[in-house]
Amino acid sequence: MSAANGREVLVQVKNLKKYFPIRRGVLQRQVGAVQAVDGVTFDIYQGETLGLVGESGCGKSTTGRTILRLLEPTDGEVLFQGKDLTKLNRTEMRKARRDMQMIFQDPYASLNPRMTVGAIVGEPLQIHNIGDNKSRKERVQELLGLVGLNPYFVNRYPHEFSGGQRQRIGIARALATNPSFIVADEPISALDVSIQAQVVNLMDDLLVELGLTYLFIAHDLSMVRYISDRVAVMYLGRIVELSDRDEVFDHPLHPYTQALLSAIPIPDPEKEEKRQRLILEGDVPSPANPPKGCRFHPRCSYATDICKEDDPQFRDLKQNGDVDHWVACHHAENFV
Amino acid sequence: MARLLEVQDLVTRFYTEEGVVHAVNGISYTLDEGESMALVGESGCGKSVSVLSVMRLIPNPPGRIEGGKVLYNERNLLDVSDNEMRSIRGREIAMIFQDPMTSLNPVLTIGRQLTEGLKLHLGMNDAQAKNRAAEMLELVGIPNAADRLPDYPHQFSGGMRQRVMIAMALSCNPSVLIADEPTTALDVTIQAQIVELVKQLQEKLGMAIVWITHDLGVVAGMVEKVAVMYAGYIVEMASVHSLYKHRRHPYTLGLLESIPKIDQREKERLATIKGLPPDLLEEPTQCPFAPRCPYAIDKCWQENPPLMPTGPHHMTACWRWEEIREDMHFGEKI
Repeated sequence: MSAANGREVLVQVKNLKKYFPIRRGVLQRQVGAVQAVDGVTFDIYQGETLGLVGESGCGKSTTGRTILRLLEPTDGEVLFQGKDLTKLNRTEMRKARRDMQMIFQDPYASLNPRMTVGAIVGEPLQIHNIGDNKSRKERVQELLGLVGLNPYFVNRYPHEFSGGQRQRIGIARALATNPSFIVADEPISALDVSIQAQVVNLMDDLLVELGLTYLFIAHDLSMVRYISDRVAVMYLGRIVELSDRDEVFDHPLHPYTQALLSAIPIPDPEKEEKRQRLILEGDVPSPANPPKGCRFHPRCSYATDICKEDDPQFRDLKQNGDVDHWVACHHAENFV
Repeated sequence: MARLLEVQDLVTRFYTEEGVVHAVNGISYTLDEGESMALVGESGCGKSVSVLSVMRLIPNPPGRIEGGKVLYNERNLLDVSDNEMRSIRGREIAMIFQDPMTSLNPVLTIGRQLTEGLKLHLGMNDAQAKNRAAEMLELVGIPNAADRLPDYPHQFSGGMRQRVMIAMALSCNPSVLIADEPTTALDVTIQAQIVELVKQLQEKLGMAIVWITHDLGVVAGMVEKVAVMYAGYIVEMASVHSLYKHRRHPYTLGLLESIPKIDQREKERLATIKGLPPDLLEEPTQCPFAPRCPYAIDKCWQENPPLMPTGPHHMTACWRWEEIREDMHFGEKI
């Protein structure tokens, strides 16, 4: 499948929804639903890094997990190389997972403390019946070398490693089955600043070396700008803006993106002093009861009557000729 | 301006089963009235332990403050009795903590928690304390403040809880506010709200601030002085402008270069500081950064450099500070 601009599409997400039921009472009747992901549509191109950003509770992790069907979607489609993942049965899905893996946020919680590093990294090979014992062992050592760990560490346990090294083990595990697509869910947010750079550089190198495609989920916007080719901004279960990295960061069209960008502290006192800050009022509303109309309108300083009534469409305002710039705001034209 | 707090050669160690952890190894700094400073460093560098030592909140055992002085208005806080310390804590020096979810008591109302200090330190009666509590909540931007006093912490969001914590810390009008990573658990937009709030309150109330953080970005816009900590030492201390402009310590250089710049278009590879922070179980005799430093020479392995004046309002603990230029990249040859 190829897109209009000639780039190959690897993953197509269409109107994906994930609702978590809220149950109450003795009979556990459903009284409502947390609309964690409420109709998101986007493509991920072959070989790119798509950054997915947003504040906690906006549904970015749920989106990542639902794409891989670690959570069952409530509605919508996920096409991976043209095949709809949501229609696959368990065995087919398991087979398909060889091609798509996940790197988790917390390197302390995502590695089984009772398994050796060799067993952890080799487990995907065992599950997918790849190779025999000897070739698996070699593959594990090769993987450890690939992520910059000593191959002789196979018999050690996770507690013997630092946070950054553990994250490398998590990456090695994700790479074991030779996947083409990796969902990285906040892979660096639990790490110290100087270690974050090590892991990000490693992920960047592996992308080129192994021809991977990343969905990089994060809340650290400067890191997202650094690693991504395109960036999607989420707010309360929806994608509100999606475009090329520099487009989003230099010419944000959604008021939420503008506020988010202006909230990032810059490590330079001179720039900080000159800066005009847009400070958002209030907190993110509950996804169990999202506001009517545009979900951002209660916190938006540009909101007008139409924003309170009508849900804005997610539409493509082409910029600079032909750069796709998707945005969900009634007034986006005014920010061009 | 008058000197308020002076920390001299503070040493704090923890006696654990694995051995002695050298958490803080003789750090010194001063804080004037109304001044704001930041202690910056990665996890385990001793930034939190150093301020907990100032507050005398180090659990003993295993922790022990083994040396140095903490002069507050010329009185050594390490010598005063526990009773006196209790009257200073909260009244003179107040603290807000990293996690607003766990540092409020979930089974007591916000009103009860806010008035406790007022009654204890300022001898207010119920009605006075309640009034003052409502006033403080209003000051930190909580709407319908008086009506929210009977509410419990779970009825507030994360950002609101941090506001409550700030209200509580400021209610007795302290002269020093210590903020231990107060925005780390919060989202960026909420973080911006809290930083703005603290800045405004400082202008209004004039207290001095010690802001502890691992984020060099947050402090750039809000403090006057920055101390960078590594392995229990202050390795560089300067006015905020001088630090970002004339950084002299390789660690500061590496740290600043390992953060991507939000306004940078072309992709430059991030600098990485190889290796890991040192094991604090060993008493360092060399420069603590030497094992990770691309510029380490023999002298660095033999002798730990003291903090030396390296410019106006600028101190650096590096033997090669004169050769480190502000425009060079971390790892670039001298």
